[in-house]
Amino acid sequence: MAGDEKRRVLVTGVGGWLGVRVAARLKAHADVGSLIGVDLDDPPFTIKGMEFIRADIRSPLIARVLGATKVDTIVHTNISSSPSRFGGRSQMKENNVIGTMQLLAAAQRADHVKKVVVKSSTAVYGSGPAEPSLIAEDHAGRVTELSGYGKDCADAETSARDFGRRRPDVELVILRTQNVIGPRASTSMSRYLSLPVVPTALGYDPRLQLLHEDDAVRAMSEAAMGDARGIFNIAGEGVVYLGGAIRLLGKVELPLLAPTAQLTSDLLRRFDLVDFPRDQLRLVLFGRVVDTRRAAKVLGFTSEFSTRACLEDFRRNRAPDEAGRTSRHESWERELFDYLHRKSMSGSAV
Amino acid sequence: MADAEVIRIDERTRGAAPRDLAACRGTTAAGRPCRNPAVAGSDYCRVHLREDPRTRHPSQARSSVPKPSEALAPATDDLTRILDFLKRRLSGDYPIDDFGYDAELSREVLLPLVKPLYERYFRVRTLGIERIPAEGPALLVGNHSGTIPLDAVMVQYAVASEHASRRIVRNIAADLALKLPLIGPLARKAGNALACEEDAAELLARGELVGVFPEGFKGVGKGWRERYRLQRFGRGGFIEVALRTKTPIIPVAIVGAEEAYPMIANAKFLAQTLGFPYFPVTPTFPLLGPLGLLPLPSRWLIEFGEPIPMDDYPDDAAEDSMLVFDLADSIRDTIQQMLFKNVAARGPAFF
Repeated sequence: MAGDEKRRVLVTGVGGWLGVRVAARLKAHADVGSLIGVDLDDPPFTIKGMEFIRADIRSPLIARVLGATKVDTIVHTNISSSPSRFGGRSQMKENNVIGTMQLLAAAQRADHVKKVVVKSSTAVYGSGPAEPSLIAEDHAGRVTELSGYGKDCADAETSARDFGRRRPDVELVILRTQNVIGPRASTSMSRYLSLPVVPTALGYDPRLQLLHEDDAVRAMSEAAMGDARGIFNIAGEGVVYLGGAIRLLGKVELPLLAPTAQLTSDLLRRFDLVDFPRDQLRLVLFGRVVDTRRAAKVLGFTSEFSTRACLEDFRRNRAPDEAGRTSRHESWERELFDYLHRKSMSGSAV
Repeated sequence: MADAEVIRIDERTRGAAPRDLAACRGTTAAGRPCRNPAVAGSDYCRVHLREDPRTRHPSQARSSVPKPSEALAPATDDLTRILDFLKRRLSGDYPIDDFGYDAELSREVLLPLVKPLYERYFRVRTLGIERIPAEGPALLVGNHSGTIPLDAVMVQYAVASEHASRRIVRNIAADLALKLPLIGPLARKAGNALACEEDAAELLARGELVGVFPEGFKGVGKGWRERYRLQRFGRGGFIEVALRTKTPIIPVAIVGAEEAYPMIANAKFLAQTLGFPYFPVTPTFPLLGPLGLLPLPSRWLIEFGEPIPMDDYPDDAAEDSMLVFDLADSIRDTIQQMLFKNVAARGPAFF
């Protein structure tokens, strides 16, 4: 985007952890003049200099907000995978799909808008045994069986692409972020991996690829301030098997028979432990790994945290009690060596 | 008790023995050190010299019986190694590649498990393994047979154990195999990927040796009467990938897998009910239950053919469907001829 003037940026979803952190990062950017945060919920923390507008992106009123603020950049982070945040799946869908449609319809009318960044998800690729080992951006259209969050993201992307076609002058960026974890992020994956005993599906060990929350925030803000346009996968380097990841976190795996996984997930949700979307259950069967080379080449973005580093950081900062303690394996090993030592001493005495 | 007088049993050594010092280092049947003089130029007497070198050694070993502390040292080394391994596995501290290949698990656990099956049970012989390049990409194209795809496992073991560079063949498998519980994750950890153009092209771009079985389920699921008759070669996707990436194709003929699980019938109804591509009936399965899953001890012969270069074709050759089909057919013919030749060359299937 050209222009010497300071940028006017609107961020949706500042009531969530990602939106508010993207807003905070953008506020600190030298080229950002004014920053407007939009959400129905209060931001988790206040950002000095951010103008917070309590508004619903699902209502046509959002057009008035755009008109009044004369923003040139919209960063849409308000596509959520957590039904409980909206009070149910249908409201979540309403927010994700209709919200994006309304927001982009308003943006289409607003000539001052020159850049739009939409946070989508790798959930648009679904998850299954027939997906390539490394999924590239062009693969999305081929997946037909989508439901829940993945479907929402695909629908939101369709709105975004329609918008891009009607307003070719606008630089449109769609970021498909991989499952995010981090010390502060509250995502279904971070809550899942925080369980003391992590339920998995017996006989399945999917490859897991993660994105660190800091990288997610940086990708969003760099996409907002950069010149690139297009669709990009955003994820950490490398993969780890789910079983290995659970052991890296020093936790215990609980393999369940696949048919009971649904029930377990429902129970976890009932007791407010993990809101693991039903449609994401296939992820613990088959996983989903994406190719991030286009983001590196075109967007100039490479994540700082590898998948492994995400887990190590998560372990250090999320579970201090675990990290401080000597690991179980080390104590087992010491016991075994002590035992062998005693054995060999008594053996040589005979 | 005083030492008994040495009885010389060989007149010719009588004079030489004292000068060439030394008693024989062998052990008598009673377990005592042999007292005969050693034959000139050797450490053993005439009797022990004729014995198998492996069995006459005990006296040497006995003379250096280690002290208990020394005996423990190598054992502890092994133990440390095993413990380190277990610790890495238990703490999740092991790297895998993007496709899920777990090099450590493969080399330390999976391949050693295949070894007895390969060497003792199937007595696999290989021909032309040196035709596989020491490094860089190549596409191994093989015939698929034997109900359970053991042929892919044996090709991988053959190259990992007999090829000079000990390369790991990255076989690409059908999604129906990768989605099976236990088998799917294990296949990925052993280095397999999905049979699709994306995975094949990506593995080749990374310089890997990729194994493909274009017959797919038509090959493994064919009846006993059609043994060693190649089925149709899919849609020639592997040719397209080879043309695009300009990777040489190495035809592979595998003889022996057909007899390991001779499929005498296909229970189509059961297959449909269970969602399998076929449901094999072999002489032992399902008659003997799980025991029937044990393969028959057939004798195997795997031949790696002359590499067929793919870089002489124009850049857009992969778009030329006729060329793709022609190439697929000619490679299919090559493998079929190798099969006919090697079935005869192998001799009897079992003994």
